[in-house]
Amino acid sequence: MEKFSYVNATSLEQVTSLLSESGWGEVMLIAGGTDLLAELKEYIETPKTLINLKTLPGMDSIEADASGLRIGALATVADISMHPTIQHHYTVLSQAAGSVATPQIRNVGTLGGNLCQRPRCWYYRDEATDCLKKGGDICYAVDGLSKYHAILGGDPVYIVHPSDLAPALIALGASVKIVGPEGEKSMSLEEFFTLPAANPFRENVLEPNEIVVEVSVPAPKPNTRSFYLKAREKGAPDFALSSVAGVFEMDGKTCKTASIVLGGVAPAPWRSKEAEAAVTGKMIDESVSQQAGAEAVIDAQPMNDNAYKVTLTQNLVSRAAMMAAS
Amino acid sequence: MASWGEASESRLIGKRVTRLSGKDKVTGKAKYTFDINEPGMLYGRILRSETAHATVLGIDLSEAEALPGVKAVIPLIEVGNKLRYQGQEIAAVAAETDDIAKDAIRLIYVDLEELPSVVTEADAMAADAPQIREDWAGNQSEPNVREDGDINAGFAEAAVEVEATYHTPVQTHVCLETHGHVAKWEDEQNLTVWASTQGVFGVRNDFAQHFELPANQVRVITEHMGGGFGSKFGPGIEGRTAVELSRITGKAVKLMLTRKDEHLVAGNRPSMTQQVRAGATSDGRLIAYDMKGYGTGGISSGAGFTGPYVYHVPNSRAERVNVAVNAGNQRAMRAPGHPQGAFAMDSLMDELAEKLGMDPVEFRRINDPNEVRQAQYTLGAQEIGWHRRNRVPGSGTGVKKRGMGLGSGQWGGGGGRGTEARVTINADGTVEAVTGTQDIGTGIRTVIAMIVAEEFGLDTTDVRVKVGDSQPGLPSGGSGGSQTTPSVAPVIKTAAAAAKQKLFERIAPLLEAPLGDLRVGRGTIYVVSDRTKTITWKQATGQLGMESVSEGGTWDEELRQNGAAGTQFAEVEIDTQTGALRIIKIVAVQDCGLALNRLTTESQINGGVIMGLGQAILEERFMDPQTGRMLNANLEDYKVPGTFEIPEIQSIVFDTHRKVTGVGEPPCIPTPGAIANAVYNAIGVRIRSLPITPDKILDALAEKA
Repeated sequence: MEKFSYVNATSLEQVTSLLSESGWGEVMLIAGGTDLLAELKEYIETPKTLINLKTLPGMDSIEADASGLRIGALATVADISMHPTIQHHYTVLSQAAGSVATPQIRNVGTLGGNLCQRPRCWYYRDEATDCLKKGGDICYAVDGLSKYHAILGGDPVYIVHPSDLAPALIALGASVKIVGPEGEKSMSLEEFFTLPAANPFRENVLEPNEIVVEVSVPAPKPNTRSFYLKAREKGAPDFALSSVAGVFEMDGKTCKTASIVLGGVAPAPWRSKEAEAAVTGKMIDESVSQQAGAEAVIDAQPMNDNAYKVTLTQNLVSRAAMMAAS
Repeated sequence: MASWGEASESRLIGKRVTRLSGKDKVTGKAKYTFDINEPGMLYGRILRSETAHATVLGIDLSEAEALPGVKAVIPLIEVGNKLRYQGQEIAAVAAETDDIAKDAIRLIYVDLEELPSVVTEADAMAADAPQIREDWAGNQSEPNVREDGDINAGFAEAAVEVEATYHTPVQTHVCLETHGHVAKWEDEQNLTVWASTQGVFGVRNDFAQHFELPANQVRVITEHMGGGFGSKFGPGIEGRTAVELSRITGKAVKLMLTRKDEHLVAGNRPSMTQQVRAGATSDGRLIAYDMKGYGTGGISSGAGFTGPYVYHVPNSRAERVNVAVNAGNQRAMRAPGHPQGAFAMDSLMDELAEKLGMDPVEFRRINDPNEVRQAQYTLGAQEIGWHRRNRVPGSGTGVKKRGMGLGSGQWGGGGGRGTEARVTINADGTVEAVTGTQDIGTGIRTVIAMIVAEEFGLDTTDVRVKVGDSQPGLPSGGSGGSQTTPSVAPVIKTAAAAAKQKLFERIAPLLEAPLGDLRVGRGTIYVVSDRTKTITWKQATGQLGMESVSEGGTWDEELRQNGAAGTQFAEVEIDTQTGALRIIKIVAVQDCGLALNRLTTESQINGGVIMGLGQAILEERFMDPQTGRMLNANLEDYKVPGTFEIPEIQSIVFDTHRKVTGVGEPPCIPTPGAIANAVYNAIGVRIRSLPITPDKILDALAEKA
């Protein structure tokens, strides 16, 4: 890696002020470092300064009460996966967190880092490949090897978003608190992520001088069932070939409301309103769940090597719907 | 005639003995090449090509040389020469820290004229492909053709025929310890190198020749090493570079390959694509086999694979070609050519059996001439519960479907001459066994201790075993071909027997007994005709006074035998909605004659099965035709088995004769075929291309529906 200076964060004001000194890539934030260190070692990122966020007090808390959850950006993936309230009432989140990487990575990887991690695309991660995501001319996956790439929302960059926590949190209706030089703001986590058509270089709306500080999750409605289903080639560690975060508010076998968010298939967590509509207000049976699966991939446009993801995603969505009714 | 004795007479031989180096390894005390640090040591790094095919127009080392902390920079390719694959060596540096070395190679500027490259077999074989080897016409070698009998007559007799294409991709060795060396010139004429190698003496001889040194002034040490699998016989360019950097700087130099280097240049198992047409008679005899195949071993050749394999085919024709691509060279990889060939052959056998309406085991019984495997089929089928399999493939109900399959393998492993060893008994009763072999993880150190301890009536911990060092000048061959134990064990056995005889000669007068009546007991020596005459081992060796007994051994062919047979049965479960494949159980029945240490033999079988299942369900090198680079030169996207993939493995050491046969390679051979056949039995669709990953399973199921 290139040499960099290392600053311990003392306050959010100091952090945003340091970030404001330059554009993307000069000053970067580090918490768990499980993604960033690999990027530094591979020369994908070459920042001049790293700001260590772990010295910020109180940002790793997980608060749960009747209104919902508030999770600090520095909470570890392991803490989220093992939190009793999250396990009982926000099952999809606990399952998603538990499916991340390995225990070692979950122990240091943080919520903020998981949401802001960069793509795993093998062209993007190869220093010598000057791909569109890094300012080059083409997305090499289009004519190249695309087994692990996007089937939805790709154009013009066909990466997939690697986060497991993001689909689960979006399905739970989470919002994210962001702090910048002008103060703090909140937005729904769904709107936080962007597609390459809007910005091929970034995966979210964060400005270079902003930082994610907290995620809030409203308490689920009574009789809510939620699941995170993650298909991968290897037990661990492996990123999702496709994943489905499903949150279903049920009345017996009838689904009152549903949110269904896909991971591993699009450059951003992919909310499938079509699949949600297919189950909402319906008694879920084999045929309704099949319909939901089919609706989830109705806009899918597979590349050379990833048509299997269409079938896989369809089946995972159907399975999640059936689980909600069983 | 020399023999290992009967099982009933053995105290240690054939028993389960814990690896002597185990404790050192799990506590971190064991020092691998990677762990060697010499005072003032420098770190070496190699700049490698990121371009698959180019002519070198210029190399500028000046900025690297000027970086503080850099002690040497050397070119490894001449201007005007061609780079022919990603990872090829361009230049090397030695610096005070590894970080400085890494920075320095990035300051070396190379001017290249890029040439068209081809990195896939299909692209290389295309009519308009650029030619990448000057010594071949096109990118394919002359075909190697083998014929037996008359295939036309054979097909005329066939009642059923199968035509199919089977493929296995390039697989890399993934040694956990990467290739590397620590080189240190003691003075201008004496070189010491710690090497992660499978062949201490081969590496020594290479250095001696290359650096024009007397062989006895080059010392190569490999006390512990972290995996070779056939890829670590010679020092490679990286080894010679480490020695050269040390020579120039006068300091010790450590140069270990990175994980990326390891995938790119440290060898691989060539790919295989074979189109087969085969026929069997109505009574289930394999009668005709016609195969055309190719594979790539990178820019070099050597892409061999077996076929037909194991089963008897009276009429066969096999035509193989090597395809050159702009990628790193193949090297021997655990049972070279066999796992690929076995996967294709065992898949083919099941396809023929199904056309005949015959049970796959029965079909093999008719066609397998090997009596050991015939017995193994019975045992393996019983242990996996073969009667539970789907009579009709894919007939299981529910989302998750289970299936069973089997595969077979064969290997030589008879060992050979060329090992010198010395067993020494000291007057204080201590014992040493020394030979120039190396323990590449198979446990030869423990086996040597067991043989000597058995001969002397001692415990394995009483024997100090010294291996992995060329300095005592007791040569042994490289650890390859499953040859180490059958090559080394007979020499140790005869050396120990000779040393014991010498000791007996010294103490027979003291015991007033005929020499032939002396025996070793448990820590004692006694007279068989008068058991009152017993002395302890230490009393006996005390008679040596200021002397020691030290004897060499000879390779006694009667103590070893060539030929190992194995069969494996797999049970798998497939989630038909997600394509997830779970291996439930593998029963591995493996013969290796006399398993000197049953515990390490079982470990060897476990390891082989795990490597085989990696090939079956995970491993594949991905090459990008656009950039000419490997896309998964890491352990994220080059996936190897982890704990979630490893099933219950029932490793059965199948006892046959009491002579030693090597077992390093054979257990990885039958696994992919057994798994592929189990997948077919589960879902009723055949996947003829490894690895069997969820995408292929889902695509196959979609095609079936």
